Amino acid sequence: MSQSNTFTLDGKTIPYNEGQTIIQAAMAAGVYIPHLCFNPEFKPHGSCKLCTVKANGRQTASCTQHPAPGMVVESDTIEINDERRALLQMLFVEGNHFCPSCEKSGNCQLQATAYEMKMMSPHFDQFFPDRMLDASHPEYLLDFNRCILCSLCVRASRDVDGKNVFALSGRGIKSHLIVNAKSGRLADTDFSGDDKAAHVCPVGVILKKRVGFTIPIGQRSFDEQPISATPHPQGACPVGPRSNTATLPPHPTVKGG
Amino acid sequence: MNTPVKAKLKVATTSLAGCFGCHMSFLDIDERLLDLLQLVEFDRSPLTDIKHCGPCDIGIIEGGLCNAENVHVLREFRANCKILIALGACAINGGLPAQRNHLPLTTILEEVYHAQHGLVDGFIPNDPELPLPLDKVHPIHEVVKIDYFIPGCPPSSDAIWKVLTDLLAGKEPELGHGLIHYD
Amino acid sequence: MVSPIDTHAAYLNPILSVHRHNANDLLQILIKAQEHYGYIHSDAIDHLSSQLQLPRSKIEGVAGFYSFIYLQPQGCYRVLFSDNITDRMLGNMDLMESLCSQLWVEPGKISEDGLLSVNTTSCTGLCDQGPAMQVNNIAINRLSQSRVNAICELIRERVPLSAWPVEFFAIEDNIRRPDVLLDSQFKSGSALHALLQHGTVETLQQIKTSKLRGRGGAGFSTGMKWEFCREAEGEQHYVVCNADEGEPGTFKDRVLLNGYADMVFEGMTLCARIIGAKKGFLYLRGEYRYLLEHLQAVLQHRRHQNLLGNNILGNSDFNFDIVIHLGAGAYICGEESALIESLEGKRGTPRNRPPFPVTHGYLNQPTVVNNVETFAASCLISLHGGEWYAAIGTDTSSGTKILSVSGDCERPGLYEYPFGVTVAQVLTDCGAVNTQAVQISGPSGVCIAPDEFNRCIAFEDIPTAGAFMVFDQSRDMFEVARNFVHFFKHESCGFCTPCRVGTSLLSNMMDKLSAGHGSPYDFAEIEKLNVLLQSTSHCGLGHSACNPVLNTIAKFRPAYDKRLAHKDFVPAFDLDVALSQARQMTGRDDTGAHLERSHESK
Repeated sequence: MSQSNTFTLDGKTIPYNEGQTIIQAAMAAGVYIPHLCFNPEFKPHGSCKLCTVKANGRQTASCTQHPAPGMVVESDTIEINDERRALLQMLFVEGNHFCPSCEKSGNCQLQATAYEMKMMSPHFDQFFPDRMLDASHPEYLLDFNRCILCSLCVRASRDVDGKNVFALSGRGIKSHLIVNAKSGRLADTDFSGDDKAAHVCPVGVILKKRVGFTIPIGQRSFDEQPISATPHPQGACPVGPRSNTATLPPHPTVKGG
Repeated sequence: MNTPVKAKLKVATTSLAGCFGCHMSFLDIDERLLDLLQLVEFDRSPLTDIKHCGPCDIGIIEGGLCNAENVHVLREFRANCKILIALGACAINGGLPAQRNHLPLTTILEEVYHAQHGLVDGFIPNDPELPLPLDKVHPIHEVVKIDYFIPGCPPSSDAIWKVLTDLLAGKEPELGHGLIHYD
Repeated sequence: MVSPIDTHAAYLNPILSVHRHNANDLLQILIKAQEHYGYIHSDAIDHLSSQLQLPRSKIEGVAGFYSFIYLQPQGCYRVLFSDNITDRMLGNMDLMESLCSQLWVEPGKISEDGLLSVNTTSCTGLCDQGPAMQVNNIAINRLSQSRVNAICELIRERVPLSAWPVEFFAIEDNIRRPDVLLDSQFKSGSALHALLQHGTVETLQQIKTSKLRGRGGAGFSTGMKWEFCREAEGEQHYVVCNADEGEPGTFKDRVLLNGYADMVFEGMTLCARIIGAKKGFLYLRGEYRYLLEHLQAVLQHRRHQNLLGNNILGNSDFNFDIVIHLGAGAYICGEESALIESLEGKRGTPRNRPPFPVTHGYLNQPTVVNNVETFAASCLISLHGGEWYAAIGTDTSSGTKILSVSGDCERPGLYEYPFGVTVAQVLTDCGAVNTQAVQISGPSGVCIAPDEFNRCIAFEDIPTAGAFMVFDQSRDMFEVARNFVHFFKHESCGFCTPCRVGTSLLSNMMDKLSAGHGSPYDFAEIEKLNVLLQSTSHCGLGHSACNPVLNTIAKFRPAYDKRLAHKDFVPAFDLDVALSQARQMTGRDDTGAHLERSHESK
């Protein structure tokens, strides 16, 4: 690529390759831009809008926006961080995010990003939606209270696992995650702990059973360092070592949770 | 030191629908309490057992709102305190008590006083002395204006100390990495 | 015994074969499948899933996106009251209440006997003859108390919809001021003959010379769009006519499709010839389902005339046909990339752009998406030339614009004007008096106060997709904005955080003000939310969702000020009401069993 393929991000020169979006180039250069629905292993999606930056003065999602030579990108500014905080607050009030009782706490990207953006309260009135918990699967549980509709599990299951275990249904504020079973239960899908989809949830929806709270407070991913200093937190398996479900007994009978 | 004696700031605290864990964490500031007492004087608080708060500089609220009494106390604090601080998860987002919010209150009262095993002639207490429960548990900022929030379940004593000392120093309180946490 | 799957196969298989088991037609298949039970049966999804080789989650995901696709049983009569502000002004809420009380049903629910379900729906495009409703997706206009009483009786007697009085379904055109388009006396085939005579290059040049711009509101040059698409490489090119006329207050496409369908289809055929497309789609909003048979007949007639199909007008290299796709109650599908997603049988989520449809549209192939009116206008240009057309209107806005006029005026209906007409002129022509405001181009457009009535309808001044809603002095502009905000909340696709959550928050805040719980704090919150929605939303819906509020704040501030009843913040909910369940359960009503609404009122 030619030398002219650079843009500036908060004054810093960032090189980029053809095809890279702003956040991809920034990440490659070690510069953090807050994000939730973006995961470097997947095609950018552009829905959470946390990665919003100002590119040549215009606000845009940096995960889907391609840079142009000499483009001036602003990210870590008071104005944009205020907006990101408001978006986080929207996600917090839209669902039921009770961190103290969540196994993902300390390893949760939503929580860590909110720390990074100094979110001190949800600010808006809570929606307190009535959402389900699906404990039907012997090894994994789904707590829909925490879903932020990033669709990483949808993409992982469809594009990597070739399974379509997850999908979004509904519209607008009634959008919600569903699973590929007539019963609506995870146990009745072909979901497996070996699936990529089992390991991409940035929040605490898709959780492996019986391994929660094993890492002491103080030693969890984002206790030690803020998300901005944690390289590529996605894809990590923060709730313990990845299980080998092949060694687990089959589960002919399953119970709902 | 013989600096002129400044009027001490008045601080009031209370626990609404909370577990007093935030107050325990407050006490966890340990010997720094002595430094704090140089600067502040406690009005209504579980620490003083004063029942109603007078004009105060800072009010600290633990817990959310689950009943009518919580609302009265919160309003008393808002009316009397120049600065109101929401302390801990329950005050900030309803916390654990708010996990009843997906159930109708009628179902909950039915379950607790009528339906549960062993309750033959259970009745729902109706003594006027008792505060009535709200249909939903609310974070306190949904009912009165809150000036500052210290998240955590409970917030660490260091976080509480940092916010209070920042405020006493006339600074905007700010919590850095490690001090701001929601669990 | 017949297995459940077989039961469903019996009615699903014919539908599947019509659609050649093509998963891209999923939405069309679901719409037809639903006619059997009034909803999509869970077992039917099994069959569709195996036949279309689609995961169940995908089918449910698509079905769940559209308001008019149901996964749960509905009433035998699905009654939906159109809920645009114009319907409100004509008393739709009282009529719905009357119907509900007569038939013992609650809005949003199904009657206990399963006879009917009642709800509201976004503007159904009958603002000139409202209040309107739909029963089992068929439009009924001019609701009155007597008409509602009659409908109650028909439902109670279980009279099939086909046996209801025809006048209930007599949708009027209400053309009040025709100009070159509505007065064109168009002869089918004439524009195609002209094209074949002049050639495609020359006709495209004429379209460019005419300076025709898209009539859907955005106003992109039609000639350029067609040229880009013509030049774009692809295996196939497609023409799409956007008849998903969902912007509240707009109904011109309804009239064009009813009376001028030939012209619209011919415009699509012109475009097809120019860009080299063999297939076209008309995306017809579900609310206009009642026009489907008529439109199919027009298409069939055109095929007989050799104006569609193979060897059009004897040209062996001119093959083009048009398929009608129905929408199913999703305003967002009027956005062209969401429309394409919907055409492909998916959830109507707007795509990331670029790339644009002209290069990557339907099935990622070069696609022209134009408005109904744009295609109709292109026929005039083919017939009379670009210069003739460019001479009409203003320098930068050539031609005419059809306005859908509704609200407080004597003569609601269609008004076609050369671009440049003033708002005042339209108001005079439609018989509006004591006008307080005009909402132009629907909720996503602008709200104009009397001191701006000398402004012009033109891309350079007030661009519009056609809606022109008039509000007289008796109207409360805050309530107008609140209705629009609720519309956006209902229609947000839910893809991006700011629009999905922000439209709900904005609705809640407007409701809070409306309920008398407002304070300056809430006003500041609304203004902050407006900025956030505008700057961070994924598509135009989110960007414009706060326009009604921003506009009315700027121009009708007193309507807000009087809602800021409290000096200090008060809760959005009524604390005393929040104790009512506990009061009921305990039987208490002492003073301690009540809470005052706000502290200051003590």
